[in-house]
Amino acid sequence: MQSLGIDVLLKGTNMVRLLGGLWVAVRISLISVAISIVFGVVMGVIMASKNRVAEAICHVYLEIVRIMPQMVLLFIVYFGTTRVFGINISAELSAIIVFSFWGIAEMGDLVRGALQSVPVVQYESARALGMNDYVLYTQVILPQTIRRMIPLSINLITRMIKTTSLVMMIGIVEVLKVAQQIIEANRKTSPNAAFGVFLIVMLMYFIICFPISRLSMDLEKRWSQN
Amino acid sequence: MDFGVMQSYLPLFVDALWLTMRIGWEGIVLAILIGLLCVIIIHLRIPVLRHIVTIYIEVFRNTPLLIQLFFIYFALPKIGIRLSPEFCGVLGLALLGGAYMTESFRSGLDNIAAIQTDSALSLGMTRWQTIIHVILPQAVRSSIPGLMANLIFLLKETSVFSTISLMDLMFTAKDLIGMYAKTIECLTLLVIFYLIMLLPVSLIGRVVERRMRYAEFGD
Repeated sequence: MQSLGIDVLLKGTNMVRLLGGLWVAVRISLISVAISIVFGVVMGVIMASKNRVAEAICHVYLEIVRIMPQMVLLFIVYFGTTRVFGINISAELSAIIVFSFWGIAEMGDLVRGALQSVPVVQYESARALGMNDYVLYTQVILPQTIRRMIPLSINLITRMIKTTSLVMMIGIVEVLKVAQQIIEANRKTSPNAAFGVFLIVMLMYFIICFPISRLSMDLEKRWSQN
Repeated sequence: MDFGVMQSYLPLFVDALWLTMRIGWEGIVLAILIGLLCVIIIHLRIPVLRHIVTIYIEVFRNTPLLIQLFFIYFALPKIGIRLSPEFCGVLGLALLGGAYMTESFRSGLDNIAAIQTDSALSLGMTRWQTIIHVILPQAVRSSIPGLMANLIFLLKETSVFSTISLMDLMFTAKDLIGMYAKTIECLTLLVIFYLIMLLPVSLIGRVVERRMRYAEFGD
């Protein structure tokens, strides 16, 4: 049996390139998560505010995100906008737009859930003390909801990282694309490289995502006991 | 927007929809079976198997489906396991889904009080009877919300099948855009067909969830 291609990764700068590709995927997801958290909190507050119109709009938005595969959204933003508006959005920017669009909806829904889990009496007491909306949310409600939200937003990071593997479909050279290039380049000398290289890529994703999802689970368990 | 073009593409998209749905549902049915099997193994604390199941769940939950598919489709042939693209799709979806289903079922199981098991055992039921007649029916019910979320998630994930050259909706759209550059028409059809596939599931899911909440036992 021939070698299974792990050695290919040790040649030249292959491993460094692969890690570079991984960083591209992780960078896109971290930027998207940051955007999602900021705007997701805003959206959650709006959704919890019981404004009929806002609620309806948010429902439609959530349903779109729930139903449309991220890949379709990527195609719409990357290929569609160029066609319709004639603007050329770079692949990485389209990816960030799509993943933020998705993340904001997810975060918004989480924040809404967390906000509504705060007992009504908290709102009423704060109002009775004469607090305005701003003070009510920043001083009373948000501190209580943040605990519930942190594990869930950490979980969103892993889901984001896993989903960013799709960006290779719109031509971003991330870890999977680099892996394919390496396999192609070494087709003659080590025809079985696909096995080793894809195994390593899978392992890389696991090494990144596993600790994060563990952390989120542990935090959730620890904080739900108090 | 050119409706004539859209009409001429329609048959291709309908074929793609059937393929996507067939693979999707085959994968999902298998995923549910895998999920049930794994959750029983975890619940009964079967020695060695329990650890294998745990490793399986963690690996498949913490890696993207795209890579799992690439591994099954491109890497396994190198060690002599050759599978058709369609089988790879079903297998990939089933393995990914199985891991998620196990988690949903497990959280469903956790919701059932230990007193249910104790009562069943004290009535003289065997361990196996307890699981089949007492625990599972309730666990399935309380894991319905998670199950529904998984259904939609897995049907959405089918969009990555295009990468292993399965002629699904995504592949058809990409192919047609590449050949005729009718981008808007193709993207519109793509969105419409995903809506046809997923909107009913989403709506039925809501109704089922509401029904099930009335039927919950013991609260």
